Amino acid sequence: MTHTPLATYQPEQRALALIGGEATDANLRRYLHGIPGIDAVGLEARAADLGTRSIKTSSKRWAIDTIIGLIDLTTLEGADTPGKVRSLVAKALVPDPSDPGTPRVAAVCVYGDMVGTAVNALGSAHAAGGTEGVNVAAVATAFPSGRASLAIKLADVRDSVAAGADEIDMVIDRGAFLAGRFGQVYDEIVAVKDACRRVDGSMAHLKVILETGELNTYDNVRRASWLAILAGGDFIKTSTGKVAPAATLPVTLSMLEVVRDWYRLTGVQIGVKPAGGIRTSKDAIKYLVTVAETVGEDWLTPHLFRFGASSLLNDVLLQRQKMTTGHYSGPDYVTID
Amino acid sequence: MKFLDYAPAPESQALLNLKSDYGLFINGDFTAGRGTPFQTINPATEQQIAMIATANEADVDAAVAAARHAYDGVWSRLSGSDRGKYLFRIARLVQERARELAVAETLDNGKPIKETRDVDIPLVAAWFFYYAGWADKLDHAGVGPNPASLGVAAQVIPWNFPLMMLAWKIAPALAAGNTVVLKPAETTSLTALLFAEILQQADLPAGVVNIITGDGSTGQTLVNHPGVNKVAFTGSTSVGRAIARSVAGTDKKLSLELGGKGANIVFDDAPIDQAVEGIVRGIFFNQGHVCCAGSRLLVQESIHDDVIERLKRRMQTLRLGDPLDKNTDIGAINSAEQLARIRELSDLGQQEGAERWSTDCVIPENGFWFAPTIFTNVSTSHRIARDEIFGPVLSVLTFRTPAEAIAKANNTPYGLSAGIWSDKGSRILAVADKLRAGVIWANTFNQFDPSSPFGGYKESGYGREGGRHGLAAYLKPAVRTGSRSIPAAEHAPVSKKSASASKKSASASKKSASAEKATK
Repeated sequence: MTHTPLATYQPEQRALALIGGEATDANLRRYLHGIPGIDAVGLEARAADLGTRSIKTSSKRWAIDTIIGLIDLTTLEGADTPGKVRSLVAKALVPDPSDPGTPRVAAVCVYGDMVGTAVNALGSAHAAGGTEGVNVAAVATAFPSGRASLAIKLADVRDSVAAGADEIDMVIDRGAFLAGRFGQVYDEIVAVKDACRRVDGSMAHLKVILETGELNTYDNVRRASWLAILAGGDFIKTSTGKVAPAATLPVTLSMLEVVRDWYRLTGVQIGVKPAGGIRTSKDAIKYLVTVAETVGEDWLTPHLFRFGASSLLNDVLLQRQKMTTGHYSGPDYVTID
Repeated sequence: MKFLDYAPAPESQALLNLKSDYGLFINGDFTAGRGTPFQTINPATEQQIAMIATANEADVDAAVAAARHAYDGVWSRLSGSDRGKYLFRIARLVQERARELAVAETLDNGKPIKETRDVDIPLVAAWFFYYAGWADKLDHAGVGPNPASLGVAAQVIPWNFPLMMLAWKIAPALAAGNTVVLKPAETTSLTALLFAEILQQADLPAGVVNIITGDGSTGQTLVNHPGVNKVAFTGSTSVGRAIARSVAGTDKKLSLELGGKGANIVFDDAPIDQAVEGIVRGIFFNQGHVCCAGSRLLVQESIHDDVIERLKRRMQTLRLGDPLDKNTDIGAINSAEQLARIRELSDLGQQEGAERWSTDCVIPENGFWFAPTIFTNVSTSHRIARDEIFGPVLSVLTFRTPAEAIAKANNTPYGLSAGIWSDKGSRILAVADKLRAGVIWANTFNQFDPSSPFGGYKESGYGREGGRHGLAAYLKPAVRTGSRSIPAAEHAPVSKKSASASKKSASASKKSASAEKATK
């Protein structure tokens, strides 16, 4: 596949070349509002249609294991304790004690102050951005509301990166976005990305949470997706999980379409993470189908697709046990974390 | 493994209980036809499903006589609410047997199970529910107070949506108080005969609906029969023209729903991903065997390349194969004859200089198949831009301004459907106002609803099906009595009744029985 010379640009230059000038509110508005709109009815119909794919037998088995390997196992509560985080890590490493062949999840996702605990608990199983083991993702930038000064947000990020976080899940300033201050949103993402740099020069992976439930329209979701990618996000993520509605299939589809178009334009692969509200294997399989039929099944790897979820894992494990043993068990045959 | 090679997910045929031979459904019972039976095959495998009877002239006579008798004796005397009860009952039975009907339709027609399951059969039920509600409200149908039914309706339907076309025809006819003789298409008679079983289950009075099978000559005999008051035909323009000719000069009322070459117009401000979905739905839905298909894509020149690239990419995800597999998007072409026509016109498109592109899907060994195909660089003078192909073949043309789009969209002998894609509401309304097409979709395509009238302009036919307008095809203004002088002959359709007068005495005894059933 051939790409335009944009592929050869450095990310910052690329964005400026596309926008046609500095990342000012006016330039960004002109660019983002020039993107074709979304017809909500048509988008939802397409998502529903993808949801009717019937994934059976060997395809289902593959899907179940793939889903487990794509999960960011998450605990984001005010009541989180080191004990709770250690328990989560144990579950991430051995999702199903009755079947050691069960794959591990992609990452555990915690608040910034729990990063050290998670890293310690993982020990040698800490992937640290590699392909073997489990990553640690930290939510940052005054998650979930993002209502703090930029200095505080950046300190939040640096703190987590220093503690060993491999991935940073930041939130955009939805207030600034809705007020049309696109330049501010852009600059913040650029600054956060810079704060993801470790002392050795390597970078923590940056996931940009759009909080689609607060953006309200698919057109806004699409514009915010472009904005986050232009500014250098490695992943675009739907939601914090603290606002309803969280991830939906149509929202995720619209984000995947942006990622697909960005790849066509630049040859760069951006990840997508639906988070919140995906609780069953059946739903998760619909997401796999949507990814595979929209951007291609190359995207079904932890580097390019994640599920932000907590209760999903147990439902997937129940399905997995059922496929292995031929009968359904029950909630007491999977562990609570 | 490749995830996108989804494992087979075939719908079970276990709940089908098909017979090896099917007779004609006349006067409430199945009877053997007097013509030579023919086989109906599964177009995906070319295997025989069952043998179907052929109705000869005597069978057509019997069917029309049964319909006349039921009209005079029972159906025209029932109250609207009682007719409605039967229609509601039929609708519920269709829902109860939906899965079975979907599987049978897919077997016999070749269309994918996901379409019969999610579109055809639900719409069949919806059509009966909708017109059931109309049966006692005919005063509001738009033909004045106390409108009268027409009598016996002869209905001939096509093979592309067999059961759905049956519902579009039978539901309004019965709601309006007519009785019916229906002939399904030769290659797709099966579900009409299953529907006849549903009519028996519903205890519909004998003769109110008669279903006769056979080839084109059976249909011809039916529409030419002097005992019918109304002819309704859906199918090709050439056959429609022949019917119009044969009905001319008689007092039969006629409605025709014929071919089309629908323009799907994509403006540069369209919601592009949804437009691509709409293009796919417009031409690849039901293998393009859709009279209102969006078979001419008119795309604004400034976005042509982008749209075509997205379209090709999307088309590569279409799954062609076993129609009974729940993941199949493109099923089999209905017949060898239709496949030959699609091939002929496609080859012609290539010869005319258009650029042909097809998805690289694997074509099964047996059965009739045609890969989804688009032609770019098509000119308005090409045959593939003018003739109805009735297959999964899209002709792409460009335009520069809205005026050019409208002119090109209207530059066709047909006028059935059109689509407009734009984010600008005012443009959609302005363009729709100038398109000469019976159905215009905005930012969607191939959506059907019983409350929405459907029909064409010019060579696409006349009369409307669906909605309040669909009732007008089966009603006439009240027969007036009293102060205004009207020739006696118009009070009652004596001449039409005389055709069945000789059989009246024989059927008198059945009248009371049917009337009893109706009160259940």
